[in-house]
Amino acid sequence: MARSNKPIVWGPFAAGGTITAFVTPVLILLTLLAALGATPELLAYDRLLAFMRHGLVKAAAVAVVFLSLWSAAHRLRITCYDLGLRADTVVATVVYAVALIGTLAATVFLLRLQ
Amino acid sequence: MAEEMSHKPYVRPISSEWIFRHPRYLRYMTREFSCLFIGAYTLLLVAGLQSLSDGRAAYASFLEMLGSPASIAFHVLALAFAVYHSITWFNLTPKAMPLQFGENFAPDAVISGAHFAIWGALSLAVLVLAGAF
Repeated sequence: MARSNKPIVWGPFAAGGTITAFVTPVLILLTLLAALGATPELLAYDRLLAFMRHGLVKAAAVAVVFLSLWSAAHRLRITCYDLGLRADTVVATVVYAVALIGTLAATVFLLRLQ
Repeated sequence: MAEEMSHKPYVRPISSEWIFRHPRYLRYMTREFSCLFIGAYTLLLVAGLQSLSDGRAAYASFLEMLGSPASIAFHVLALAFAVYHSITWFNLTPKAMPLQFGENFAPDAVISGAHFAIWGALSLAVLVLAGAF
């Protein structure tokens, strides 16, 4: 049977598509409401810091960031190809690298939370 | 002549105007473009985490940036694209995971409907727990 690395790329894409479908709209709504100053305590420093300090919350945040970035990267790669950009190796390297660097950065910032 | 042709393989012209040929293609591209907004928004969240780890002053300036007109405009656009992604994704769930009971399959509306219901309940729970009301 022919071996392929497609499942490795596609698995996180499908998981990320599902996680972003469930949580991204409400996250955007949350930061939008905070930006508009809906309630003074929304995303306030002390409350958010206390919440984000939990180990499970940190793990969940890393998972959400990785899966969101990976699925966006994969979709962007396919879209570039659809729009006529055929340098797939370059595009794939760039988009997946951004997804991994973003995940790594999020992990470092979360570990720095005391 | 024939030999010359064999040395010059046909290269199919590539363009992106096909997306305007049919409304279906345009809807497909709208769905695919949601990845730009979801990706950019996730990077914005990572920047928020950075400011949170940098301390109170850094987080205050992040919140101030969040309230800028450009940020509000981005949020509104990103929200529309993210919701469109969710709708298209949940509408496809009966195709991606059909449920079989004996000889019969669960109706499509039940499978996607369950996803929409969970999405709504989850979103409401997050808003309430975060204190948005």
